[in-house]
Amino acid sequence: MYLTTHNLTVGYTDGKRVTPILSNLNLSLNRGRLTALLGHNGAGKSTLLRAITCASKPLEGSITIGTADISQLTGRERSRLIALVTTDRITVGGLTVADLVALGRQPHTGFLGRLSTHDREAVERAMTLVGIDHKAQAYMADLSDGERQKAMIARALAQDTPIIILDEPTAFLDVASRIETMQLLHTLAHDNDKAVLLSSHDVSQSLLMADDLWLITKDGELISGPTPALIEQQALEQMFGNPHIKFNPTLLDFQYIP
Amino acid sequence: MKPDNKSKVRFWIVMGILTALLMVLAVACLLYGSVDIPARDVFSIIAGNGHENVAWDIIIRQSRLPMIATAALAGAALSVSGLLLQTTFNNPLAGPSILGVSAGAGLGVAVVMLATGGTVSTLLGTAVGSYVTTLIGALIGAGAVLAILIAFSAIVRNSTMLLIVGILVSYLASSIISLLNSVASEEGIHSYVTWGFGNFSGVTVAQMPVFGACIIASLIAAILMVKPLNALLLGTRYAENLGVNTHRTRNVLLIVTGILTAVVTAFCGPIGFLGLVVPHVARFMTATSNHARLIPTTILAGACVALLCTLISVNGTHGIIPINAITPIIGVPIIIYIIVREKIHS
Repeated sequence: MYLTTHNLTVGYTDGKRVTPILSNLNLSLNRGRLTALLGHNGAGKSTLLRAITCASKPLEGSITIGTADISQLTGRERSRLIALVTTDRITVGGLTVADLVALGRQPHTGFLGRLSTHDREAVERAMTLVGIDHKAQAYMADLSDGERQKAMIARALAQDTPIIILDEPTAFLDVASRIETMQLLHTLAHDNDKAVLLSSHDVSQSLLMADDLWLITKDGELISGPTPALIEQQALEQMFGNPHIKFNPTLLDFQYIP
Repeated sequence: MKPDNKSKVRFWIVMGILTALLMVLAVACLLYGSVDIPARDVFSIIAGNGHENVAWDIIIRQSRLPMIATAALAGAALSVSGLLLQTTFNNPLAGPSILGVSAGAGLGVAVVMLATGGTVSTLLGTAVGSYVTTLIGALIGAGAVLAILIAFSAIVRNSTMLLIVGILVSYLASSIISLLNSVASEEGIHSYVTWGFGNFSGVTVAQMPVFGACIIASLIAAILMVKPLNALLLGTRYAENLGVNTHRTRNVLLIVTGILTAVVTAFCGPIGFLGLVVPHVARFMTATSNHARLIPTTILAGACVALLCTLISVNGTHGIIPINAITPIIGVPIIIYIIVREKIHS
């Protein structure tokens, strides 16, 4: 167990009104494994990821990495433990893939952010691992969606953290890029001993590639465990409240049953 | 050659060209003006040899030299201020004038100039107290507008809306200034109107140390912020994930921006367009978003553009042309080009 949550409750606070979305979570994220967070729209996937990346405070409970409580760490210490890939589009011009990936080295560089030889090697290695090194000098604006996502993953990889968290990394991709990205994340987790957590709406690819699942049910419960076990327990049936939308274990996907 | 080195070489070539251009423009501003002084005499005066024509000596030493220094510093200051605002608000059309920061500083100046009934007459006055009061007025005005922008940027995430807020703030400031005008003395109005045209000849030799020190200190502060500035290119969530304290960074950046804009506005008037346009010129020349290269390029390019404006302004046939009559002619085509290009790219 690497990252653990202890009686974690996440949700919104709007002035004095507190709206918990997911309560009493005791989850663990393991190194060397790909974990997929599944749930319907509005289930609280992004809210949970925000709490884990410390972008927002949990309503209750705590999160630890190893023995350290993440809320007690400085921003710089956290930046060496968790790398993030969000759905935000990078709109700024004049940024090459190599520039972008090099920004991932910031937690390791000095006051002015100059790259050492070691940093440059880490940037090269990250680009080669995700297979974007041939586009190193291309501008981000000129890349396809799939290539852009690869560059963002390379940036997270260059950050050299034990944990990588991705918010819907396959959302804007076509099927081929989706499969490629999931395969890449699976390989990164296994070959580089990283704990990779991603949220997704792509149930079938998640079931194929993820070692563990965090599954948010229609009732706001979170079921976690190894993927085969959850399929066995028919846990996926609890994802949606619609009686006509059924999970088909052969297809590894949902389908309409009249 | 490795591609990474190619962009480094490009950066140093750009810096070389801009430095040479800066020298040429500075010499041109020394040689050409409303009074014709032969080049040989100009250089002899610069070299420190007195000249029998006392008027020429005064023109070169008390007028042209400080004007060149003022223009170069002001151009660099406004341009870096624009660059910092564009990165902070993640908006290519941000700049000190369009976001109302200059107008805020202007309002501060107007309050000092008009409300004190002309006793603190003009910046051109030599009394030390007068320009310090004006400067404080400008700093308070610019600071107030930046506070409004921070508050609004937390509510409206849309960057176009923030520009509109900036424009509205400018309107509000000019409306308050008009109201102040109606109760001010004629002398106060006159000095305010002259200030509003914008000119780089308002900083005297005595005031230069304060003007220069404020700007150079702020420019150094901006250079020291290179690392968080680069992280902010990816937006606040990524910047925070990279270990940047975005709140503190943003506050420091806005304070630096406020000082740069306020100091220039207090001494030179509200100069439009420079701050918005020059960072784009720098990006175009260096083909990068890396602030370690953009800030030095922006400083030199800003100084060059301001000197070019000065050169044009002092060579009118009927006296000095206001700087604010020249900057839009250079600025507007570039802004329209940026908007059209953004449209094509998105």
